[in-house]
Amino acid sequence: MKAKIRIQNSKSKIFNLVLYFLLLGFTLAVLYPIINVFSISLRPSDRLLSTSLRVIPADASFHAYKVLFTQTPFIHWFFNSVIIAVVVTLTGVMLASTAGYAFSRFSFYGKKSAMVGLLVTQMFPPTMLLLPMYIMLLKLHLINSYLGIIVIYTSTALPFCVWQMKGYYDTIPFSLEEAARIDGSTRWGAFTKVVLPLAAPALVITALFSFMSAWAEYVVAAQVLQDTSLFTLPLGLKQFESSMSTQWGLYAAGSLIISIPAVALFLFLSRWLISGLTLGSVKG
Amino acid sequence: MAEHFETKLSSRNYWDSEKLSPNAFAYVLMIPAALVMFGVVIYPFFYNVVLSFSNMSLRHFRDWHVIGFKQYAQVFSERIFYSVFVKTLVWTFVNVLFHVTIGVALAIILNRKLFGKAAIRTLLILPWAIPQVIVALTWRSMFNYEYGAVNLFIAQYLHMAPVEWLGKPLQAFSACIITNIWLGFPFMMTIALGGLQSIPQELYEAADIDGASSWQKFWTVTVPLLRPVMIPAITLGIIWTFNNVNIIWLVSNGGEPSDQTHILVSYVYKAAFNLYRYGYAAALSMVIFAMLLIFSLFFLKKTKASEAAY
Repeated sequence: MKAKIRIQNSKSKIFNLVLYFLLLGFTLAVLYPIINVFSISLRPSDRLLSTSLRVIPADASFHAYKVLFTQTPFIHWFFNSVIIAVVVTLTGVMLASTAGYAFSRFSFYGKKSAMVGLLVTQMFPPTMLLLPMYIMLLKLHLINSYLGIIVIYTSTALPFCVWQMKGYYDTIPFSLEEAARIDGSTRWGAFTKVVLPLAAPALVITALFSFMSAWAEYVVAAQVLQDTSLFTLPLGLKQFESSMSTQWGLYAAGSLIISIPAVALFLFLSRWLISGLTLGSVKG
Repeated sequence: MAEHFETKLSSRNYWDSEKLSPNAFAYVLMIPAALVMFGVVIYPFFYNVVLSFSNMSLRHFRDWHVIGFKQYAQVFSERIFYSVFVKTLVWTFVNVLFHVTIGVALAIILNRKLFGKAAIRTLLILPWAIPQVIVALTWRSMFNYEYGAVNLFIAQYLHMAPVEWLGKPLQAFSACIITNIWLGFPFMMTIALGGLQSIPQELYEAADIDGASSWQKFWTVTVPLLRPVMIPAITLGIIWTFNNVNIIWLVSNGGEPSDQTHILVSYVYKAAFNLYRYGYAAALSMVIFAMLLIFSLFFLKKTKASEAAY
């Protein structure tokens, strides 16, 4: 009997080891493209095209980064992206948190069709609204402006965020606001002081989603922003990449810098992501 | 006194004594979001419907008028629609299959006791965290015939002939799929992990006592309890993959070689903004939307019916 257990233990140990290597393999596959970009960004300017797979190239230098910041409009694009992304995030959180609360706590005329409508908007092909919106913006002279693109980005994220906030508010017991009311608080006070703090994970997801809709978006921006001085980072980055003569070093350095805020935010907020997403989807 | 509160507790519209009636307060909360969504989602949607019945294009930009169902007839009569439709189905099916398989498998492994689990889990989320534009352009550069990492790896480590990834239709399509799989599995993995963590350990122990093998435990305990969490995720995954313009457009640089690498949504983009066939693009968008709507209704109905069995 003891021998049997010992064999089983070593069997499971080998099994565990195999699984672990599988995991490490995937981690490597995940990391490699990132490492690849990093090593390209370090290549010295006279050897941008190379067939070496070395991670840190010989004579690595930060030349590409220097050129990126001093000789291209990169900083300007960064500035544009930051403004747009921050405004979209703030607007998105404000609108979604209030609208979601209304859907969660009140029954009103048109509520059911509105909820279904929110879900249906998720199925719109991305280009379906782009064309009419482009024409509308043309007529309102909002093409090529911050306002135009901010409006589009906010509305892209809004339906999902409202749905998400509503689902999360549904898991917060109404009795808490009840208690606040008994203690003399107003409806708005109960909302801001009791419910909002508890809804923090969902607010975080809303903020993240809104931010990512604006920071890393290419297709819509390519149509709406024509002036190079208004370009956001993805548009600027695409400039470095063309079939004929890609400026590899600049492109790689730019990619990393664009990714860093997005990745940092994402990883920082990732622990709320799991709880927020599964809660919303299980409760439906 | 207690009864008074109890009846109030059961009614959601408790805020009667405030100045605004419950309905009015709700509307006030909702109006800003509703206005934005009306202006930027609902109105454009109906505008698109009108456009799909019109002849708007570069030639008829300001003087367009409604021409009935001609654009829809055009959509269904061009042969390219059917080949792109099939490609879209293949694209969606292959991607979601790999996303779910890899995601769930990794989640199961990560659910065990492992050294450095938290670090590995964080690293595995990276493809999701990196902006899609960057992912697409990076993989595009990796698929470059002469200098891309993929061919260099194939040539130097596997000693096989390099593949002309971006130059040939099948290879370009595969390149897009590989990129999207890399991009998409962390989402499924995260959802699956969350779902796995809510399965009580006692169920596995009970299965062990009954002498179940790992395989049996997987099918009788894990899968049924993971289903409620995965079904919404898979639905979303299917819709998002079906609608993903970024990866196809940016990895293949607009459908290269010669418009062979398209799925429905990227072809709409091309029709609208490269070919200026606005009416046609609007009609095609409506067709895509109808497809997804029908699919969602069908899929959700089917899975709800089987969920009722639990």
